[in-house]
Amino acid sequence: MAKATRAAFGETLIKLVDEGMDIMAVDADLCGSTTTAKFGAAYPDRLFDVGIAEQNMIGVASGLALTGRTVFTGSFAVFGTGRCWEQIRNTVCDSGLNVKICPTHAGITVGADGATHQALEDIALMRVLPGMRVLVPADYASAVAAIRLAAATPGPFYVRLGREPLPEVYDEGFTCDVAFANVLREGSDISIMACGVEVAQALAAADALAAEGISAEVVDVMSVKPLDEETIIASAAKTGRVLTVEEHSIYGGMGSAVAELLSEKHPVPVTRLGMTTFGQSGDAAELLAYYGLDAAGLAARVREVLGK
Amino acid sequence: MATEQLRSACAHDDAQVALIANRMRRDVVEMLEAAGSGHPGGSLSAADIVATLFFSGVMGYDAQDAENPERDRFVLSKGHAAPILYAALSQIGYLEHDELKTLRHMGSRLQGHPDCHACPGVEVCTGSLGQGLSVACGIALGFRADAARDGGDPKRVFVLTGDGELQEGENWEAAMFAAHQHIDNLVAILDSNNLQIDGHVSDVNGIEPVADKFAAFGWEVIAADGHDVADMHRALNEAVAVTGKPAIIVASTVKGKGVSFMEDQASWHGVAPTHEEAAQAIAEIDAAYEELLAAQKEA
Repeated sequence: MAKATRAAFGETLIKLVDEGMDIMAVDADLCGSTTTAKFGAAYPDRLFDVGIAEQNMIGVASGLALTGRTVFTGSFAVFGTGRCWEQIRNTVCDSGLNVKICPTHAGITVGADGATHQALEDIALMRVLPGMRVLVPADYASAVAAIRLAAATPGPFYVRLGREPLPEVYDEGFTCDVAFANVLREGSDISIMACGVEVAQALAAADALAAEGISAEVVDVMSVKPLDEETIIASAAKTGRVLTVEEHSIYGGMGSAVAELLSEKHPVPVTRLGMTTFGQSGDAAELLAYYGLDAAGLAARVREVLGK
Repeated sequence: MATEQLRSACAHDDAQVALIANRMRRDVVEMLEAAGSGHPGGSLSAADIVATLFFSGVMGYDAQDAENPERDRFVLSKGHAAPILYAALSQIGYLEHDELKTLRHMGSRLQGHPDCHACPGVEVCTGSLGQGLSVACGIALGFRADAARDGGDPKRVFVLTGDGELQEGENWEAAMFAAHQHIDNLVAILDSNNLQIDGHVSDVNGIEPVADKFAAFGWEVIAADGHDVADMHRALNEAVAVTGKPAIIVASTVKGKGVSFMEDQASWHGVAPTHEEAAQAIAEIDAAYEELLAAQKEA
């Protein structure tokens, strides 16, 4: 059943406390949307709502972490990374605190709220910070795995969560390690490296391309930092051509990370697909189609780069 | 050792604290001369506040173990006053006195702004202004949860902010939140020296009436003379006794206090003294030390 990655947030925090972890969460007036409200309903003393004050959210989370707890922060990705970026840099990362930045509603699939609410820079903002690990789960099961991984691994994490229900990519109970990338579909003509909502789109595109005799490998680059260098390089070496795709700016996001890696360690032609403008209002599917980030758009770009 | 015992072990009488504050001022001047850069004004304005906090027994810590989990916490939100914190940590014994002169040098534990990885006794990296009060709120809430779980009173958190720093909006987010959450194991201390880099706070972007602002936000506001150890000690005792809401001590201070040519001069915010200037400053500080000693003998 299609569930949003954000649906994993509150539910997983409850389970982690049930299992004995000393976890707290701090949100900024979006507890219902991020699903931290569920966690607060189960554990009222473990959720703090600071109101519409993201900078204070990060500071309070940092202080709680300094008392030995593992602390998750909420809000929407635009506000939960951008409004408080310098707090994340100078308090969370410089001090190496056990704070997990887990805002929801990332990317254009936020939909009708439009450009102000569609985070297209958050991966870049978090990736550049020393000590920060960046995970972009592709479905509910991998979001659970990402949140569990962040909780179990000391230090700062960014887990990018989304609003819209996504098709299942992984089975329930899926787990992963830091630096995780995964070849979901083998191919020989091109590697489509995707993260988040684009993983399901890439799989659908690969299906369509297969019918035309184009063999596309699909790699889920869930961990944007650190990268699973071995898996990414092996796939690039095998197909000799890479298309990256993300609902994020092409500047500084997953595509940039992959391009940086490959240019240094195994140069092959890389085409980055993503956003270069602000988004706009619309429903998620309409927006993905408009910006060429749906399966049809991906397939078209693959044909283009392969000259077919 | 329980927190209350740690506090008792840190207690000195006010006269001793005044002498310690004087020695910390001397260390600040020597450190900054050796470093060739840094922030004398705000370090000297905070000297008596920091000395009273660390050595009057209001804040508990373990001189043998900077990581003792029962310790109260101190957050230096105005992180550019790092030299006065390092001087206090040296007085405790966390730092060798000779090490103070490594301030701001490559490889030193004494970074230009406090680094919690490098330096024992530094709880969190600070220096980007406006963030300490929020962090202190989080620590205080964590201690409250500890006390709810383990019994007893929550440990205390003290945060020192500058007055110019209150221009940062995050402080007011935290001020609202602390009152809303009734955080009463948190004491903020405002080093109210009315100077910032660009001039007088009241000229750049005035924060007054700051006491009324905090009171309106739901805080207990306590005024004190930030250069009178006995008055600071009284204010700290009053602040930790407040229940049901956070407390702030508005400590009236003079930037550069104790060095005549630095006092109330914005130009001494972030400039190190030359060798000659340092010698003059130390002569003044040493003379003040002798005066303190003489006055104490008389008393």
